[in-house]
Order: sequence, then structure tokens, then C-alpha cells
Amino acid sequence: MFPTPLHLTSRPTRWLYRAGLPLALLAWLLPIIAVAFTSVRGLGDLSAGNYWGLPSEWRIIENYSSVFQNTPLATYILNSFLVTIPTVIGSLTLACMAGFALGVYRFKLNLFVFFLFVGGNFVPFQILMVPVRDLNLRLGLYDTITGLALFHIAFQSGFCTFFMRNFIRELPRELIEAARVEGATEFQIFFKIVLPLVRPAVAALSVLVFTFIWNDYFWATVLIQGNHAMPVTGGLKSLNGMWVAQWHLVSAGSIVAAMPPVLIFFLMQKHFIAGLTFGATKG
Amino acid sequence: MNQASVSPQAVQADPGWWSRHQIAIVPWLFLTPAMIMFGLYVIAPIFESIALSFYDWDGLGVAKYIGLDNYRELMTDEDFHLALKNNVIWFFGFLLAIPMGLGLALLLNQEVFGIRLAKSLFFFPFVISQVVIGLVFSWFYDPTNGLLLHVMAFFGLDPIAILSDPDLVTYGIVVAGLYPQTAYCMILYLTGLNNLRPDLIEAARLEGAKGWTMLFKIVLPQLRPATFIAVVVTIVGSLRSFDMISIMTQGGPYGQSRVLAYYMYEKALSEYGYRMGYGTAIATVLFLLMLVYIALVLYRVYQQEQEAD
Repeated sequence: MFPTPLHLTSRPTRWLYRAGLPLALLAWLLPIIAVAFTSVRGLGDLSAGNYWGLPSEWRIIENYSSVFQNTPLATYILNSFLVTIPTVIGSLTLACMAGFALGVYRFKLNLFVFFLFVGGNFVPFQILMVPVRDLNLRLGLYDTITGLALFHIAFQSGFCTFFMRNFIRELPRELIEAARVEGATEFQIFFKIVLPLVRPAVAALSVLVFTFIWNDYFWATVLIQGNHAMPVTGGLKSLNGMWVAQWHLVSAGSIVAAMPPVLIFFLMQKHFIAGLTFGATKG
Repeated sequence: MNQASVSPQAVQADPGWWSRHQIAIVPWLFLTPAMIMFGLYVIAPIFESIALSFYDWDGLGVAKYIGLDNYRELMTDEDFHLALKNNVIWFFGFLLAIPMGLGLALLLNQEVFGIRLAKSLFFFPFVISQVVIGLVFSWFYDPTNGLLLHVMAFFGLDPIAILSDPDLVTYGIVVAGLYPQTAYCMILYLTGLNNLRPDLIEAARLEGAKGWTMLFKIVLPQLRPATFIAVVVTIVGSLRSFDMISIMTQGGPYGQSRVLAYYMYEKALSEYGYRMGYGTAIATVLFLLMLVYIALVLYRVYQQEQEAD
């Protein structure tokens, strides 16, 4: 293990570490703690310039209910779910199928198609912006949740296919060969053998795609205009513009907006990190 | 079996056709949906953008072919040069996330009470939307009551309004961007550290290697896969920087914090009229820059494929 495990070090080092860790954590999370505190402050704190100390009053219910009552936050959150959930389902469905095709079969263009998905995944969004916006306009899907979700499904299917194909390639090939010998059709191999085995990859990708799409801001601003379809990231931005001096409300909105990915991260931490660090351990 | 449900005549008419060809056809059946979607929304738009960069188009009327005029204009466009320069600052500034992430990972790679929770909490900034991080950092820099102001006053320094200072604004935003990116690199390295080969570490330790020597000679070479991913995601992240700029400064003051990604957006969809052709020319430049890294990644993937076969 590297660095040297703590129990092999001297006593002062150990104490220093144990005392220093919470302090370092506190300093690291200060920006997030500040938002959390500000979200419960009263106007008194804000006008007195107390942004970084403890709140002098805890207006949890007042602030949070006010942000829901006086702003379209609930609509924004609902829109985010309406974009995110179909994206997760759609991109994973496409990726399971494409990953199966690329991971199991050897054919001439296999590597070429795979490279299209991998390479496309890294392009700057701006090179897609004008044509995608135009495409959605022509399809009558500009400024709609469907239009935004369709783009996300397509784009995320690149990363998901990359991941899924590599995952499927690691599966023992004997399973597939044996099934073929026993007369299974290729569809049966997909549904009965491969799909049950890729469950960990599906879990990892679901939480990742959920977080990526929930936090997407660029496409929300490019493909959506009105509040009726605006996800929470774009919504927060307009809330911030609306009330320059109402930071406590913007903070409360931020905390609400951050909740779903945070909860998913804590509940499915193992899958989340497995997905994010896929490939970080082997050359 | 599935075949049992197919009508007997069909099977009789061509008993072996499907079973002979299904291995060649099935992969394309499975690929088609993803290829249509990815082709329509990702691959085709790349070429459409490049083509559009030779036109003058306001997004509504008829596009007019103007050859290389957009690119000629870029050559003399001061704002474009500034955005490009800011991209360079982002690029090098963002790379700091890698050593910082490694440092954090080394710090947290211990087994003490509560370390699992500590690791998750250190990772937190990555999970939260950049919009939220951008908002907090703009308060942090706020010239009337920001924390930075208090800290500087504490040390007897004159306060600086970072986000309205043309020379400092980009650095200020890069620092905000580093916050989640460092967390990402940290998690990559923590995973890498978890998979170090204990025999190599112990052998080196017996030979007397420790500290920096151990880190550079024994540990880092084993962390190369993690480093590769960290470099790729950090570079891609630095060229994609948009959210933070849009939230914190909207490119200001006077366009001093724009990068190519933001400048393109502004030109193509600005309030002062849409210049789609010019915007796509900027995007094409950005794309060509990114293409270097895409090629690097694909080459690496290709090598792995060769080794795997």
C-alpha cells in the first residue's frame, strides 16, 4: 500500500492526520456548506453581509417554501426528470444493442463503427450546436422536452456503447459459443445470456448518465427557450438573474437542484465510481 | 425454441438461409438504431457545421456561399484571438487538476475511521452541477462581501474584484472549474492506488525506496492508465469550458473571459443577430484542436485492441 499505512507511522503523524482530515474536509467543502447555510438565512444576514458565518436565524421552511411558491422551480425540476429519465432508458437501450453487436461479432467494419462512437463522444458540443438546433426546429421539436431528450439519447449512446462494448468483450466467450452449439438463436443469446450479465454495466451507466444529463446546462440553453420545458440548470441561471440580491432563495433552489444527483451518488456509490473509473486500472 | 413458432412452410422453403446468415445480419440489426440516432445527431452535424462555415447565414433566410471569408475574418478578429488565448490559459490551468487530484488521493488512501465517508465527501463537487459551483464561486469573489475579500482584508491586502478584472477574470473562473475537476482526478487515482501491486511496493520498500523516489519510480508507472484517463478528461473538459463562464461572467467584462466555446455560442445566437456561419467557423477551429486529442485517444484504443487480439 502506498503511501505508508498510518498504523505503521509515528504517533504524532497519526494524530496530525486524524485531526487534519476533518479540517481539510471542512475547507474543501466550504463552498457547498456556504450554499447550504445561505439557503436558510434571513434577509437580515444578507443585508449585514453575513454570507460565510453561521446563519443568525434558520429560515428553513420559509425559504424553501418561498422558492417553490414564487418561482417555477417545481416545473424546472419536473422538466429535468422528464428529460433525464427517458435519456437514461433510451441511451442504455441503444447502447446494450450496439455494444452487443460490437462486442460479440467479428465483422469488417466493427472497429470503424466502434471508433465513430468513441470519437464522436469527445467532439466539442459547439460543432454540433447549429445543425442540431436547426434539426430540432425543422422537426418541430425545438423548445420541447422531447427534442432535448432525443439529442441527449443520441449523444449519450456514444459513451454508453463504448463502455458497454468493452464490458461485453470481457465476458467469457465460451458462454456464447456453448449457447450456439446448443442451437440458441442470436436473439436468445442477447436476451438470455448477455443482458443478464451486463447488469452491473447498466447500473453504472444509469447513474452516470443520470448525473451528466441532470447537470447539463449547455444543451438546455441551446435547445430550450421557455420555462415550460426548461430543466433546472437553465432555470437556476434565470433565477439568479431575476434576483441579484436574493441569494438565500437562489441557494435554496441550488440545493434542491443538487439533491437528485447527490442522492443517487450516495445510494449507488459503488456503481457510480465503478463507471467513472472504468479503465483506470488496466493499460 | 423460437423456430418452432415460425410456420413450417417458411422453414421448409428455405431451411438454412436464416441460420446460415444470421451471424452476418444480426450485428447490423442491433447496430442500426444507435447508428441512426448517433449519425443524425452527432456525426452528420459535424460535417454540416464544417460546410456551413463557408456560408453567411442568419439562421432564417437563404445561406450565401462566401468561401473562406469567415476564416479570413477570424484571422483579424481580436475577440477571437483573445478567446484562443483564454483557451490556452484554461488548458494549462486545468491540467493542475491532475497533480492536485493525485495529491488528494495520496492523502486519502489510508484506512482510518470514517475514511470512506471522507472520500465520498471529497468527491462531492463533481456530482453537483457546474451551475451551482459557478454561483458559489461568484459569491466567493463578490467584491462587496465575498469571502475572498474578507480573507484578503485579514492579511491586510487591498481587495480585488477578480471577476471584473480583465487580466484576472479567466484565472478566477479556471479556479472554480478546477474544483470539480480535481475531485474527478482524485477518484481516478484512488481507484488506481487501490490496485497497486503490493509485491512491487514491498520489494521497493525492502530496497529502501520511500517518499518521492517510491512515488516517481514505483507508484506513478503503475498509475499510468489512471493518468491517461485523467489527462484525456481534463483536456476535453478544458476545451468544453462553457457552463462556468456563462454563469459567472457571461464572457465579461467586455468579453475578456470568453473562450472559443463561449464566443461561438455568442456569435451564433447572440441578441445582436445570429451569425451561424461565423459561429460554425469558430466551432470548426475548436473541433480541429480537439481532433488532436480524439486521434490520441483512438490511437490508444487501437493499441489496446491489437494487444487484446
